[in-house]
Amino acid sequence: MDAENWLVGIIGRALAFGTPLLWAALGETYVERAGVVNLGMEGMMLVGALTGFAVTMATDNPALGILMAGVAGAVFSALHAFVTITLRANQYVSGLALTILGTGATGLIGKAYEGQPLLTTLENISVPVLKDIPILGPMLFTDQSVLTYLGVLIGVLLWLLLYKSRLGIMLRSAGENPKAVDAQGLNVTLIRYAAVIFGGFMAGIAGGFFSVAYRPSWTQGTTGGVGWIALAIVIFGRWNPMYVMLGSVFFGALYVLSFRLQEKLSPDLLNMMPYLFVILVLILTAIGKKGSGGVPEALGTPYRRGER
Amino acid sequence: MKTIAGFLVQERKAPSTRWTLLLSLISILVALGLLAVVFSMYGISPVKAFQSIFTGTLTDWTGFSAVLQRTIPLLLIGVGLVLAFRTLFFNIGAEGQLLIGATAAAGMGLFVPMPDVLRLPAMILVGFLAGAAWAFVPALLKLRLQINEVITTLMLNYVAINLVNYLINGPWKGKTAYGYAYTDPIPDAAWMPTLPGTNLHWGTLILAVVFAVVTWLILGRTTEGFRMRILGESSSVAKYLGMNTLKTTLLVMLISGGAAGLAGVGELTGIHHKLLDPLQLSLGYGYTAIIVAWLARGNPLGVLITAPFFGLIFAAGDVMKVTLQMPFQIVDVFNGILLFLLIATEPLLRYKLVRATPPALPHTPKERTDGR
Repeated sequence: MDAENWLVGIIGRALAFGTPLLWAALGETYVERAGVVNLGMEGMMLVGALTGFAVTMATDNPALGILMAGVAGAVFSALHAFVTITLRANQYVSGLALTILGTGATGLIGKAYEGQPLLTTLENISVPVLKDIPILGPMLFTDQSVLTYLGVLIGVLLWLLLYKSRLGIMLRSAGENPKAVDAQGLNVTLIRYAAVIFGGFMAGIAGGFFSVAYRPSWTQGTTGGVGWIALAIVIFGRWNPMYVMLGSVFFGALYVLSFRLQEKLSPDLLNMMPYLFVILVLILTAIGKKGSGGVPEALGTPYRRGER
Repeated sequence: MKTIAGFLVQERKAPSTRWTLLLSLISILVALGLLAVVFSMYGISPVKAFQSIFTGTLTDWTGFSAVLQRTIPLLLIGVGLVLAFRTLFFNIGAEGQLLIGATAAAGMGLFVPMPDVLRLPAMILVGFLAGAAWAFVPALLKLRLQINEVITTLMLNYVAINLVNYLINGPWKGKTAYGYAYTDPIPDAAWMPTLPGTNLHWGTLILAVVFAVVTWLILGRTTEGFRMRILGESSSVAKYLGMNTLKTTLLVMLISGGAAGLAGVGELTGIHHKLLDPLQLSLGYGYTAIIVAWLARGNPLGVLITAPFFGLIFAAGDVMKVTLQMPFQIVDVFNGILLFLLIATEPLLRYKLVRATPPALPHTPKERTDGR
């Protein structure tokens, strides 16, 4: 294979592998911008994956399956919202509880679905006209999941919304200075609830991508740690949807490379790469920007009215 | 200040022990109640399920020894995590620290020539050090570069899992394994003695109990323990007092990671006698120990109660799997629910109800609004 085709292949597949990372990380970006950390990504993704699979199987409608995957993720994350925002419990521990519960519940309920193939899946498509552009066409617009295109589109929209709209200012303020938001007569609790539930919706769809589009089947723990990498991408992307998108493709490429190199190196060692890279990236980001590194000021702290 | 049905809601500085215990007990009961719902949804009578759990774990020695065997790693890791959480270090990496401890010990046992007498002690030492080293890196990254330890410790779990998989599939794959992915057995001399007819490596159990008591003494009675508590209360106060927070945090993380490493050595030398599939080696002890530590409310001695409780839950999971054909994930479901309940009820610990004496109502004549 010549170099050009090789590169086209890598980037094309990187977009595919990066898609669940993209959805999950974009969701978490908004959650954390509103001042909440949700470590339950892995659990919400699994809930989405199982729901997406079950709904698609029952209705033969993959689009509905994906949608319900998002809804399931949203409902599940509402638990995190209630416990951390209303009850002001520890956000880190609540997120972990969400992951433990999600892993267990999907393992239990999903037993019946294991080993069953999905008859109708979310097919990959090529974009007419755009796919004929040389190099870029085969790289970006040929044989990709609808969710990949949609994910990028939503990423751009979320970036616009975050930096160019009143809603975005509200959201960012809720994460930077909730007291000021309150003083403006806006409802911090409501904003944070909305962000957490939106994040759950996005994570659910990320999970649905696995079970309905990418490898249309259900196995226990099918997301295999991708949720944690999505969390790291948010930090790497400095809570900015644009950088988060870049980060997702970057880690997607890392997955592709680890597959491509399997003949030369042990797959177990290659599987290690993304996780080691997360640490490396965190170190480089921290060295590159001493201090806060763009972290929302009030991240991780519960808000209570009338408290200084 | 709020009034609810004639009671004043008052904030309190430290929750009373009785109230804490009561609330924990209520959380456990509610979680068990929800578990009963899960059972019935699965088509199993909750009464029958709880009955078989009870008879399978607590009524005979085989069952009970299984509970104690599950308790050992939870106790070791749980005490270490109590210490870490007390100094505000969220060590989520015990799972990886356990695996690395077992790996290092296995390497020592399999490949380093030495007299039989020294083998087990050397493995224990190396396992402890490896676990400690695995925790040292995230600690240093947090202290030097403010990198969130939750992410780094978690990532290192996956690195450890893949490392073990690499070793058992590749360079360390046993000659006697016939295509299976595990190493050769470690020499007999390195087997941790167990009580006859059980997998209960009692030496490790005693070690874990001693570790809990010693940690409690260190935390409550020594200068270093005082430093740890200050650090946990407020890092700014610690800085103001001119404390070396770096040294204290690193020490805590070395103990916490080392203890998890020891747990790994225990599983390796006491039960499996070879390095094998990480999922079988650990079963998620590292994550469950987080709940063990949380339920102990920061008290190392509390772990002596909470670890056996989760040992029981794990053993119950085995019973469910064998007698009721339920997936082992039932344990995760219970754990997840309980963890939620524990943190959700935490705010209740900070408040108390006091009977309010109704204030005398000031006399305010009603204004006439009808305009007459």
